[in-house]
Amino acid sequence: MAEDGREESVAADDDSQHTAEDGRNGLNNTMVEESPTLLRRMEICVAEAEKRSGKNAVNMQETFTVYLIETRPMDALAEGRNPAPDSLWRRYSEFELLRNYLLVTFPYIVVPPLPEKRAEFVWHKLSADNMDPDFVERRRVGLENFLLRVASHPVLSNDKILHHFLTEEHGWKEVVYETGFQAKADSRLKALSATFRVRNPDKRFMDMKHYSDELQSHTSQLLRARARVADRLYGVYKVHGNYGRVFSEWSAIEREMGDGLQSAGHHMDAYAASIDDILEEEEHYADQLKEYLFYAEALRAVCRKHELTQFELEMATQDLISKKQQHEELSTGIVRTFSFKGMTNKLFGQEAPEQREARLKLLEELIEEGEEAVKDKTVECEEHVEKAWVDMQRFKEQKDKDLREALINYAVMQVSMCKKGIQMWSNAKECFLKM
Amino acid sequence: MSAQFPAHLDLEEEEDLEVFSKNTSLTDGGPSSPSSMMNQYREEEEEELFITVDHPESHVTAIETFITYRVMTKTSRSDFDCSEFEVRRRYQDFLWLRSTLEENHPTLIVHKFVMKGMVERFNDDFIETRRRALQRFLDKIRDHPLLRGSPSLKVFLTAQDLAPHRKQTPSLLSRWGGTVKMLSQSLRGVRSRPEEFSLMQDYVEQLSSKICSVDKICSSETQSCTQHLSSVLIPVLHDYLLCADTLKAVMKRRDNIQAEYEAKREAMERRGDQEQQEEEVQALQEKVEVCNSSLQEDWSRWRSSMRTDLKTALLSTAENNMQHYEKCLAVWETFLLSQREEGSEQKEEDAP
Repeated sequence: MAEDGREESVAADDDSQHTAEDGRNGLNNTMVEESPTLLRRMEICVAEAEKRSGKNAVNMQETFTVYLIETRPMDALAEGRNPAPDSLWRRYSEFELLRNYLLVTFPYIVVPPLPEKRAEFVWHKLSADNMDPDFVERRRVGLENFLLRVASHPVLSNDKILHHFLTEEHGWKEVVYETGFQAKADSRLKALSATFRVRNPDKRFMDMKHYSDELQSHTSQLLRARARVADRLYGVYKVHGNYGRVFSEWSAIEREMGDGLQSAGHHMDAYAASIDDILEEEEHYADQLKEYLFYAEALRAVCRKHELTQFELEMATQDLISKKQQHEELSTGIVRTFSFKGMTNKLFGQEAPEQREARLKLLEELIEEGEEAVKDKTVECEEHVEKAWVDMQRFKEQKDKDLREALINYAVMQVSMCKKGIQMWSNAKECFLKM
Repeated sequence: MSAQFPAHLDLEEEEDLEVFSKNTSLTDGGPSSPSSMMNQYREEEEEELFITVDHPESHVTAIETFITYRVMTKTSRSDFDCSEFEVRRRYQDFLWLRSTLEENHPTLIVHKFVMKGMVERFNDDFIETRRRALQRFLDKIRDHPLLRGSPSLKVFLTAQDLAPHRKQTPSLLSRWGGTVKMLSQSLRGVRSRPEEFSLMQDYVEQLSSKICSVDKICSSETQSCTQHLSSVLIPVLHDYLLCADTLKAVMKRRDNIQAEYEAKREAMERRGDQEQQEEEVQALQEKVEVCNSSLQEDWSRWRSSMRTDLKTALLSTAENNMQHYEKCLAVWETFLLSQREEGSEQKEEDAP
């Protein structure tokens, strides 16, 4: 996995970028080693991106980017053969469709997020344009990361639709729609109402939800601060460049100082230019943060699903209780609680015995149904809790490891940048001393 | 070190006075011949003079509000009565000193300070920037072999009240008259400028065109410039580039002196020999020679001090940046070390 890790990524020449890439490859390595999943059997990568034009849904011309997904069977590689990879092209919207399908089909799984749809937290130089080559490249990396995470997930990786996505270029969309997943999707409104009205959600899930809120707010604050710092840093470095120009121009009219001034100008220019590399490196870490920003949303989705199932259970239980009460009232004639029927009975007299019988019968059927419903809902709820809890633990471990690793790699990168800076200025100092 | 300043502050306008008195006699501490100049130089080198400019304070009077700076002098020079002096001076006083020095030494390069509108834009702390500029100005005067012995400087450093001395400079009208005369003479132009001064002139022209580009950069700068750059390197850069104006003025005055001499000589040749005129012409010729040689010396002094100052500023910038990086490096390396030691402890957020 390590070799193709390098193959997938941008060619890196200097050390700092190398260590950062190694960090990411380490991530991929762990994904393979720890779980007996699709990734073990198949090597996956998103190799390229290309621009295409075509007609969209409203029959208008549009340009979009497609990404090349390459897969190769692992056992072939293990045997030393090097077969040509199977490949197909997919665009971002298809990735979205896949993810939506996964979200609906596995509501107890924290589904890995896609890279952002539009560039956010942009600073000065970074383009917000979706067609910008840097953005496309970063998205390619993000999509690959998504596929790798999904394919290494113990539950998600076995899904047939996922296999289909990776292997069959045509007709995949139809297959997905045929699963009817869209019908199973919970309505937003339903979910929202459940969040407010649920009475006894599992405390652990509430804690998890609270945590996901914090994760989201912290990462977005961090990203915003980072964008501001990047902007300011960029400005500072560029100012050095301006003065570099002044020095270079000035050196032309000086005799004794000419060389010294010119080298001063040169150093200022080099310093100013170095910011581009630095910020590009940092962007990589910003992307990793963003992944967890979006993960927070996925985590919250699982918690919301729990709230929904719990709420439905509560509703079903409540419904059953009220029906049983009605039955009791009807059969014993004792009105325990205020009911409309009780009142009308008092006012207009009891109804005829046949009618009563019919109603009792109906109620008994409804009660039976209700009990089934409660049983089902209980099972659904408990299953969801169980599976979701397992996955949330898994997610927590993964997150802790990933962020920690990212932080260390970031520190390593910073160390190397500092060393470079020191080197640069000590060279400059040498030149100045000769002035 | 900043005092409390009222919201409405009447900062003095810079008056750029081109001062020419009618008889430019170099009696004010200036030598009458090249040789005595050297003697004076050697004498004063042995005596020490330290000047500091600090403690800005605002003064409110009925008419105006202004800022004064404390000027402290410590000296072992014999021409000073005491060894320590402390006076308060305002910006106008510094301007007076400069214009007096320029007036008395027309062909010496007197350091210029703070052009309005350029420096302000870097720094919120205008008072501090100005203080630094005034400090540099006095340092330059103190280091200058001829100017440091000027009586004007002594008065500036020691007199508690500068007002009576300021009044001694020629009135505006006489100055104006002198200027007009000089202008009319200079229109005639110089016959044959010595080559070294032509080269100087060319250099000065080129230098002043550099100012335009520097000014453009300053105006496009964001206020978040690195602290060190704006407090050390840029002021030095600006000082020297601003000198282009001073240099031009000095060149012009030298040209005028030469022109005056040539004009007088021509007049004499036309009217025939007259003893008195001949004496005058002789004096003027000597004057031209003295001016030329003093300017030459000052010129090379100025250039070498520019080189030194720039070198120092650049070195300090490089050093400063290196220290900054070393500090950052230490922080990150300590962090890495702590992470590797902790091992199992979980960190959830990055710390950029």
